[in-house]
Amino acid sequence: MSTILIIEQVLNGLQFGVMLFLMAAGLTLIFGVMGLINLAHGSLYMIGAFAAAAVAGLTGSFLLALIAAMAAAAMAGVLIETVVIRRLYATDHLDQVLATFALILIFSEGTRWVFGSFPLFLDIPDALSGPVSLPGGIEYPFYRLVLIGVGLVVAIGLGLLINRTRIGIQIRAGENDREMIAALGVDISRLYTLVFALGAALAGLAGALVGAIQSVQVGMGEPVLILAFVVIVIGGIGSIKGAFIGALLVGLTDTLGGIFLPELFKLFTDAATATSAGSALASMAIYILMGAILIWRPTGLFGARA
Amino acid sequence: MTFKSLILAAGMAALAAGAQAEGIKVGMITTLSGGGAGLGIDVRDGFMLAVKQSGRSDIDVVIEDDQRKPDIAVQLADKMIQSEKVDVMTGIIWSNLAMAVVPATVAQGKFYLSPNAGPSALAGKGCHPNYFNVAWQNDNLHEAAGAYANTAGYKNSFILAPNYPAGQDALTGYKRMFEGELAGELFTKLGQTDYAAEIAQIRASGADSVFFFLPGGMGISFLKQYADSGVDIPVVGPAFSFDQGILQAVGDAAMGVVNTSQWNKDIDNPTNAAFVESFQAEYGRLPSLYASQGFDTANLLISALNVASPSDADAFRAALKAADFDSTRGDFAFGSNNHPVQDIYAREVIKEGDVFTNKIIGVALEDHADVYAAECNM
Repeated sequence: MSTILIIEQVLNGLQFGVMLFLMAAGLTLIFGVMGLINLAHGSLYMIGAFAAAAVAGLTGSFLLALIAAMAAAAMAGVLIETVVIRRLYATDHLDQVLATFALILIFSEGTRWVFGSFPLFLDIPDALSGPVSLPGGIEYPFYRLVLIGVGLVVAIGLGLLINRTRIGIQIRAGENDREMIAALGVDISRLYTLVFALGAALAGLAGALVGAIQSVQVGMGEPVLILAFVVIVIGGIGSIKGAFIGALLVGLTDTLGGIFLPELFKLFTDAATATSAGSALASMAIYILMGAILIWRPTGLFGARA
Repeated sequence: MTFKSLILAAGMAALAAGAQAEGIKVGMITTLSGGGAGLGIDVRDGFMLAVKQSGRSDIDVVIEDDQRKPDIAVQLADKMIQSEKVDVMTGIIWSNLAMAVVPATVAQGKFYLSPNAGPSALAGKGCHPNYFNVAWQNDNLHEAAGAYANTAGYKNSFILAPNYPAGQDALTGYKRMFEGELAGELFTKLGQTDYAAEIAQIRASGADSVFFFLPGGMGISFLKQYADSGVDIPVVGPAFSFDQGILQAVGDAAMGVVNTSQWNKDIDNPTNAAFVESFQAEYGRLPSLYASQGFDTANLLISALNVASPSDADAFRAALKAADFDSTRGDFAFGSNNHPVQDIYAREVIKEGDVFTNKIIGVALEDHADVYAAECNM
C-alpha cells in the first residue's frame, strides 16, 4: 500500500465528508431550531439532482443547473414547510416522522411520474472533467477537488452566517428559546420558513453536485439521509460546527475503513475471508464510531442539550 | 332471507365457475415503484405486449407492485393464490424476493415462470418441476464475461461486486471461467454510490482488466466516476449495467465497453425484429433485455396454453418444458433443471444517432447451461 494511494483515499474521504456536510447542515439546523425530524430531507436532495439534470439537459449549462437545483429544492422546502410541516411543530416526534415519511413517498412517486422510472443523465462539465496531477505524482479527478472546495466555501459561509449576521443571531436564539425570541418581536414563522429553505437549498446543491458523478434516480436521497443523521448525532444536534466535524469523521472513517480493514484482515486470514469479513466490518465502521462517541459524549461532540 | 342468500350463493358460484372456464389467470408480482422500477416496468411491458399480440382475450393478468420488498411480495403471492386463484405466477425481478415467493408458490401446485431472477438455490437442490426460468441462471452472464476476458487475452483482472448473494455469485461465475490471475477482489456495499476508493485501488493494482457487477444506479455511478478518473484499463461486465434503460444516464462513459447478454436488439431473427419494432411503436422507447425476457416469458406461456390448460398440470408442464415458441433470442431450450440452455453474446456499447445502445461483437458462450443442473433431482 503506497503513500500515493493513502493520500488519494484521504482526499476521497474528505470529498465524501464535505458533501455529507451539505446534507447534514440543513438537517441539523432544522432539528436544532424547530425541533423537527425531517425525513424528507433526502427528497430535497433528489429534487435538486433532478432539477439540475433537467436544466442541464435543456440549456447545457452546469452553472444554471446548480442554480436551478438550489432554487427548486428551496421552493419545495418552502412549500412543504408552509403546507405540511408548520402543523407539526407542536406535535411529538412520532407524528413528524410519520408525516415526513409520507412526504418521501409522495416526492418519490411524484418525481417518477414527472421524469419516468429510468435514471437521468447529468454529467460533469467539460471544464471540470478529467484527472489533474497533484504534487507527488497523484492523479486525482479535478471535479472531486472542486467538490472539496465548494464544500469548504459553503461551510465557511454558513459559519459566518450563523455567527456574524443578524439572521444567524435569530437562528441561534431560536435554538435556545423560541418563546423568548417570539416575545422580542421576531417573526418566528418567517424565520422557520427561512431556515427550512436554507437547509433545503443546501440539500439541493449537494444533490446536483453529487448527481453529476453518480446516478440521478428516484430514491437516491435516502441512503445519504441515513448517513446525514449519523453525522448530526455524532456532531451534536443543532451544531453547524459539529455537523462539519462529524461529516468529515464519517467520510474519512467510511472511505478509509473500506480500504484498510480488508488489508488488516489479510494479516490474519486468507484473502477471500479477509475480503468479505473486512468489507462487512467496514460497512459497520461508522456506526461503531457513532456508538463509541455517544458513550464518550452522550450529546455528541458539540451538542449542548442534555 | 335464507332463500335469497341461497340464490345469491348459487349465482356467485355460477359466476366463479364461468370465470374459471373462461381462460387462465396470471399473477404478476414485479417492481413498479422505487429505484428498481425500470426493470419491472420493462418486464411488464414486454409481457403485456406479447399477450396483446397473441390476440387472446382469455388471459387475465393481475399485476401488483412488490416495491422490491420480500415481505410485500410474499403477501401479494398469498393473496393471488388464495383469493385471486391464479394458475400461473411470474414477474419477480430480484433474487431475494424470488427466494421468498417461488418455493411456496410451486409447493402449492402453481406454476412459476421467472422472467428475471435465477438464484442458484432454485437451479440446483431447490429445483422444482413447476418452476421455469426463462431468463438465465444468475451466474450465466458473469461466466460469459469470464470467457470473453480469456478470448480478449486478459491475464490479470481486478473484480468487484456488491456484498450480497447475487454479487458473490457474480464473482464466483467470473472466476469459474476466467483463466488468468486476479489483481484484486473487492466487495462493495449494496447501494453504494461513490466508488472513488475502489477506483484508486484499481489504479494501484496493476490489473490489465476490470470486471464489475454493479446493477442499476450503482453501475451508472461507477462508470461515470471511472471514466472521469483517467484510469484506462478495459472494463467488462454483465448486461445489467448496460441495458437500454440506464445507458442514456451513463452517457459517453460507457462507450466501447464490452458487456455480456443473452439478448440484444440486433440478434438476427424475424421474431426479434418484430419485437423490437412493435415495442418501440407501442411504448416509444427501445426495449431492454428485461423487456425481451418479459416478452419471451409470455410467449412461452401462450405456447403452452395452446397445447394444454394449467388445470391439466402434467400436460401443461410438458408443454412448457417443450419451449415450443419463437424466442427473441433465436434458439432456446430448457435444460434438465428447467433453466435455459442458450448462447450468450459479447456486446459493445455504441452510439446510434443520439441514442446509446449495444451491438453484438461475438458469441461468448455457445449453448450454455448452468453448473447447478447436476445437483437438481426431479
